[in-house]
Amino acid sequence: MDTVPWLSLITFLPLVGVLLIATLGSDDSEIIKRNVRNVALFTTIATFIVSLFIWVNFDYTTAEFQFVEKFDWLGAGGQCSVDGAVPSDGSLQLPCYHMGVDGISMLFVILTTFLMPFCILASWNAINERVSQYMMAFLVLETLMIGVFCALDLVLFYVFFEGGLIPMFLIIGIWGGARRIYATFKFFLYTLLGSVLMLLAMMAMYWNAGTTDIPTLLAHDFPASMQTWLWLAFFASFAVKMPMWPVHTWLPDAHVEAPTAGSVILAGILLKMGGYGFIRFSLPMFPVASEVFAPLVFTLSVVAIIYTSLVALAQEDMKKLIAYSSVAHMGFVTMGIFSAAVPRPDTGAYVVQGLQGGIIQMLSHGFISGALFLCVGVIYDRMHTREIAAYGGLVNRMPIYAFAFMVFTMANVGLPGTSGFVGEFLTLLGAYQVNTWVAFFATTGVILSAAYALWLYRQVVFGELQKESLKQIADLSPREIAVLAPLIIATLFFGIYPKPLFDVTKVSVDNLVEEHQSSMASYHSANSVAVVGPDQTEGN
Amino acid sequence: MYSAIVFLPLAGAIIAGFFGRALGPRGSEVVTSGFLIISAILACIAFTQGGGTQVVTVLPWMESGSFAVDWSLRIDALTRVMLVVVTVVSSVVHVYSIGYMSHDPHRPRFFAYLSLFTFAMLMLVTADNFLQLFFGWEGVGLASYLLIGFWYKKPSANAAAIKAFIVNRVGDFGFALGIMATFFVFDTVDFTSVFQAVPSKADDTFFFLGFEVHVMTTICLLLFMGAMGKSAQFFLHTWLPDAMEGPTPVSALIHAATMVTAGVFLVCRCSPMFEYAPGALAVVTVIGATTAFFAATIGLFQNDIKRVIAYSTCSQLGYMFFAAGVSAYGAAMFHLFTHAFFKALLFLGAGSVIHAMSDEQDMRKMGGLQTMLPITWSFMVVGTLALTGVGIPFTSIGFAGFASKDAVIELAYAAGTSVGMYAFVMGVVAALMTSFYSWRLIFMTFHGPHRASNEVIKKVHESGNVMLIPLVVLVAGSIVAGAFFKDFFIGSKSDSFWGEAIYVADHGAHAKYDHAAIDHDAHGSDTAEHAAADEHGTAVDTHTDSHAEDAGHGGGHGHHPPDWVVLMPVLVTVLGFAIAWYFYISRPDLPPKIAARRNPIYLFLYNKWYFDELYDFIFVRPARWLGRMLWKQGDGWFIDGFGPDGVSARVLDTTKRVIQLQTGYIYHYAFAMLIGVAILTTVFAVRAF
Repeated sequence: MDTVPWLSLITFLPLVGVLLIATLGSDDSEIIKRNVRNVALFTTIATFIVSLFIWVNFDYTTAEFQFVEKFDWLGAGGQCSVDGAVPSDGSLQLPCYHMGVDGISMLFVILTTFLMPFCILASWNAINERVSQYMMAFLVLETLMIGVFCALDLVLFYVFFEGGLIPMFLIIGIWGGARRIYATFKFFLYTLLGSVLMLLAMMAMYWNAGTTDIPTLLAHDFPASMQTWLWLAFFASFAVKMPMWPVHTWLPDAHVEAPTAGSVILAGILLKMGGYGFIRFSLPMFPVASEVFAPLVFTLSVVAIIYTSLVALAQEDMKKLIAYSSVAHMGFVTMGIFSAAVPRPDTGAYVVQGLQGGIIQMLSHGFISGALFLCVGVIYDRMHTREIAAYGGLVNRMPIYAFAFMVFTMANVGLPGTSGFVGEFLTLLGAYQVNTWVAFFATTGVILSAAYALWLYRQVVFGELQKESLKQIADLSPREIAVLAPLIIATLFFGIYPKPLFDVTKVSVDNLVEEHQSSMASYHSANSVAVVGPDQTEGN
Repeated sequence: MYSAIVFLPLAGAIIAGFFGRALGPRGSEVVTSGFLIISAILACIAFTQGGGTQVVTVLPWMESGSFAVDWSLRIDALTRVMLVVVTVVSSVVHVYSIGYMSHDPHRPRFFAYLSLFTFAMLMLVTADNFLQLFFGWEGVGLASYLLIGFWYKKPSANAAAIKAFIVNRVGDFGFALGIMATFFVFDTVDFTSVFQAVPSKADDTFFFLGFEVHVMTTICLLLFMGAMGKSAQFFLHTWLPDAMEGPTPVSALIHAATMVTAGVFLVCRCSPMFEYAPGALAVVTVIGATTAFFAATIGLFQNDIKRVIAYSTCSQLGYMFFAAGVSAYGAAMFHLFTHAFFKALLFLGAGSVIHAMSDEQDMRKMGGLQTMLPITWSFMVVGTLALTGVGIPFTSIGFAGFASKDAVIELAYAAGTSVGMYAFVMGVVAALMTSFYSWRLIFMTFHGPHRASNEVIKKVHESGNVMLIPLVVLVAGSIVAGAFFKDFFIGSKSDSFWGEAIYVADHGAHAKYDHAAIDHDAHGSDTAEHAAADEHGTAVDTHTDSHAEDAGHGGGHGHHPPDWVVLMPVLVTVLGFAIAWYFYISRPDLPPKIAARRNPIYLFLYNKWYFDELYDFIFVRPARWLGRMLWKQGDGWFIDGFGPDGVSARVLDTTKRVIQLQTGYIYHYAFAMLIGVAILTTVFAVRAF
C-alpha cells in the first residue's frame, strides 16, 4: 500500500479551494466573481481527476476496505494504527480518524466528484450575489459529502453526515427562492428529528461494542432486542434523508426553493446518503431487525412509489414534479436494498439482485435527476418561472435542449438502454423473489412514471410555440451543452454497458448478502425454537 | 452479416440524427435508405441460406448473482422471417417516404426515427433473452411514440403519442412481471436455457400474489399481457387507431407490418413455454378471436380511411393470435408474413390517396378517384384482394391472404376444441366484415361521384415514381407470397423450415395434422407423406392414413376439415363484397340515411364500443383526481399538518400560553406551586401503596 492518503486528499482538496477563494476577497466585483468561479471550477475538476485514481487502482476482487487511513485524532494513541490493537480488557476504545472505501462506497465518491463541476457550471450565471460565499459553501459541502462515503468511524461519519446539512441550509436559505425560509425550516425540522435519534443509537452502540470503528462494528453481534431499536433510530434518520413516505414532504419544498445546483446536489448526492446508510449500517449491523422490519420498508416503499407518482401527475411546478418523481425512485431503492434482508420463500436463500439494483439505481438516479434539474434550470435561467403552464412548444426554438430533455425523460421513465432501467429492473427482480405483492405494486410505477414524465415533456417541449414571452428563447449555450453532454453519455453508456458498475460493486454486495445470510443462520440456530424454516404462507 | 443487418439501421439513425443538418435532407434520406436497402438484401440472403440456430454474443449487459444477461443476436428460422419482413417493409417505407415527406422541413429527424425504429425492431427479433427482447420492445415503443408525435405542433398527435406509450406500458407491466417470474422459476432469462428447462417445470406451481398457481400458465399469461399491449388486442387496443395521427408511412411500417406484430412474434418465440400452458393458450385464442371480431365491427362504419385500415390491422392481429392459440404457430407467422405485405400496401396506397387529396382523410369527401389515380387504385385493389383472401378453393391459386387467412380459419376449426370453435366462428364472421369494410373503402374512395371540393379535385395527381415503385415490391408480395411460401411456413417443408424455432408439444398434435389437412387439397396424394414427415421426424413409417388413425394426434377428428369449412371463408368474402356493392355502388343513398337514423347499434360501433370514454372514466380521471387529493390532502393537510407545520404551530401556541402565564403576580406563582406540590404528593402517595 502506498503512503499517499488518497481519500483524505480527495476529501479535503475542496477545502484548499475554499482557502484560495477566501484570499480572493468577498465583494461582488466582476473580476473577483470571475476568479472565484474559476477557482471553484478548477478545484472541483481537480478533485474529480484525483478521485478517478481510486477507481483505476481499485481492487475488484476483495470486499475489504481499501485505501485505508487510520490515525489518532482524539488521543487514542496506539489503537489508531491500521492494525491497531483493540483494548482486550473490554474498556472503551476511543474514536480514530479512520477512512476507507469498499465496492459500495467507492462509486458514491466518484459520483460526488463527478457532479460537482456541473454544479459550479450551472451556477455560473445564475448566482450573482455573494458569489464567493456561495462557492465556498459548495466546496465545503463537497468535502463533507465525500467524507460521509469514506468515513469508517461512527464519530467521523456523524460529523460529516450532519455537517453536510449546514452548507445545504445556507445554500437554500440564502440563495433560494421566495419561500426559502419555510423550506429550510421544514428541512431542518425533519432532519433534526432523525439526527437526534441516530446520535443516541450511536452512543448505545459505542457502549455495547466498546468501539466506534465501523469495520469492527460490522463484525460485532448486537443482541437482537437491542437491534430493534437501534435499527429504528437509524431508520428515522435515513428514512428522512432518502426520503421515504411519509417523511418526504420537505423534499419538494427544498427542491423548489433551492438554486439549480442545490437541487442537483440534493437529488444527486444528499438523498443517496440515506440509502448508503441503510447499506452500511442497518442491513449488515442489525441483520435480525432488518429482516423483521423489511415488510415495513416494503410497505412504505410501495406506498411511496404509487402515492408520489400519483401526486407527481397533479403538479404544476416542474421542480416539484421531478422532486416527487425522485421520491418514487427512491422507493425502488429502499425496496431493493431490503429485498436482500429477507429470504426467498421457496428456497430460503437470500438474493443479491435487489441490493445490487438499489446501488445502481442510486448512482443512475444521481445523474439522471441531477440532469433533469439542470434541464429545468436551463429554462428557469431564461424565463424565471418553473410553472409548467408558462411553457410549451420549446422544441421549435430549442431542438438541442429538446433532445437532451428527451434522453433524461426516457431515462427517468426507465427505458431499457438507459441506466435508469438497469437499477429499476434489478430492484424489482430482487423484490419479486422475496415477495410478489411488493413487485406487483411497485411495477405499476413504470406505468405511472411514463404518465407524469411524458405529460411534463409534452407540456413544456411539444406543441405550438404560442406564448409571446418564449418567442426569443435561445437554445443551449456551449456551456450548457458541456454540462449536459457528459450526463447524456453517462446515462446511455451505463444503460448499455453497466459492467464497470457491476465490477466494482459485485464482490462487496455478494459479501454483504453472504454475511447477512450467515448471521441470520447463526441467529436462528441460537434460537432454535424460533426456527420454523422459510415461511411458506406469508411471503410469496 | 447478422450484425450488419441489425446495426446498419442504427448507424443510419445516428448519422441522420446528429449530422442531419450538415448532410441536408437529401443526404439523410440517401444514407438511411441506402443502409436499409443493404440491410434488406443481406436479410434476404440470410433467409434463403437458412441454417440452424446461431447465437452471436456482442457485449455483456447485466450480471448480479445468478442473473446474467448479454447483448446477443439469436438467428433462427423465426428471426430470419422477421428480419425479411422488417427490413424489406422498412426499406420500402424509407424510399416511399422520400416522396411522401418531400414537403416536410424535418426530414432528417423523420428518417433518423424510422431507422431507429428499425434498429429497435431488429434487436427485438434477434434477442436471445427476455431482457433484450424487452429492450427492443420498449425501443420500438419509444420510436412509435416519437413518430406518432412527429408533427409535434398538433395537440391530437401529442395526445395519441402519449396514449400509445402509456397503454403499451400497461402491457409491459405484465411483461416485466413475466420476466421476473421466469427468472424466479428458471434462474435464467436466456431463451435456450429456459426452453430446455420448461418440461421439467411442466406441472410445478408457485405462489403468485398469495395464490398457488400453475407456473407456466401464470408466466405465459403475464407475457401475453405484454403482447396484448404491443399488438393492440382487446382491452389494450385503444392506442392503435389514435396512432394514425402519425405520418402515413409510419402507420404502414410500425402500426401495420412490424411493431404491432411483435406480440405474435413473442407468443411464437415462446411456443416451448405456451405449449406447457394450455390455459394460457386458451386465453390467447379467445382474446385473439374476440379482437378479430370486435375490431372488424368497428371498422364497418368508420369514415377515416386510415382508421378503417387500422381497425382492420387490429382484427388481422386477432387472427394471428388465435392461430397461435391453437398451437398453429407456423400459420400465425405465415399470416404475419403475408399481412405485412398487403397491409403495408394498403396503408401506403391510402397515403398516396391522402397525398393526392391535399391531406384529406375522410372518405365521405372522396369518391371517383379511380380515373385520376389509376395506378394507386389498382394497387389498392390488389391489397384488398389479398386482405380479403380471394382465391380458388381447393387449389393454391389465390392472393396472399387466401393462403394464410383461410389456413388460420381452417386450423381453428380443426383444433377441435371449444375455444377453437369459438375462434372459427369469430374468424368467419370477421372475414365477412373484413370483406365488407375493405370493399366499402375502395368504393367510397375510388368509385361513385366526386364529393371533394373543386380546388382539391383540381390538385389531385398520381404520386411520383419514388412513391409508386417501392409499392411494386409490396404488390408482388401481396400476390405471390401466399402461394409461394405456403410450403415453407405451414406445408410440407415446414418442419425443416422452422427447425427448433417453433415447438409443438405432442399433446398439441392438431397443429401437425393441420399441415396435412391443408396440403391435402393442394397436393393430393402427397398428403400422407407430409403428415408422416411432419411428425417432427419421429415417424418414419409412411403408411397412408397414419395421421387419421392416430387418435392421440388427430383427436378423433377428420384429418382435414370438411369442405364446407374450406368454402366458408371464400363464401363470406363474396357475400361481403356483394353487400358493399349494394350499399355503395347500387344504392349509395342508403348509408347516409342509416347513419342519420342514429340506430343504437350503429352508434355503439361508430363510437368504438365506447372504450375511450370508459377508460377515461375508470382510469384517467380518477388518477388525476387521486393525485390532486393525495397532494393537497395527504401531503398538505395530513402529513404537513400533523408533521412540521403542526409541530411548529403547537410550539408557537405553547410559547404564547407560557407568556400569558407569566403575569408577574406572586400569588399566581404561589398557586401554581401549591398545585404542583399537591400533585407530586398524590403521585408518591399512590405509588407508595
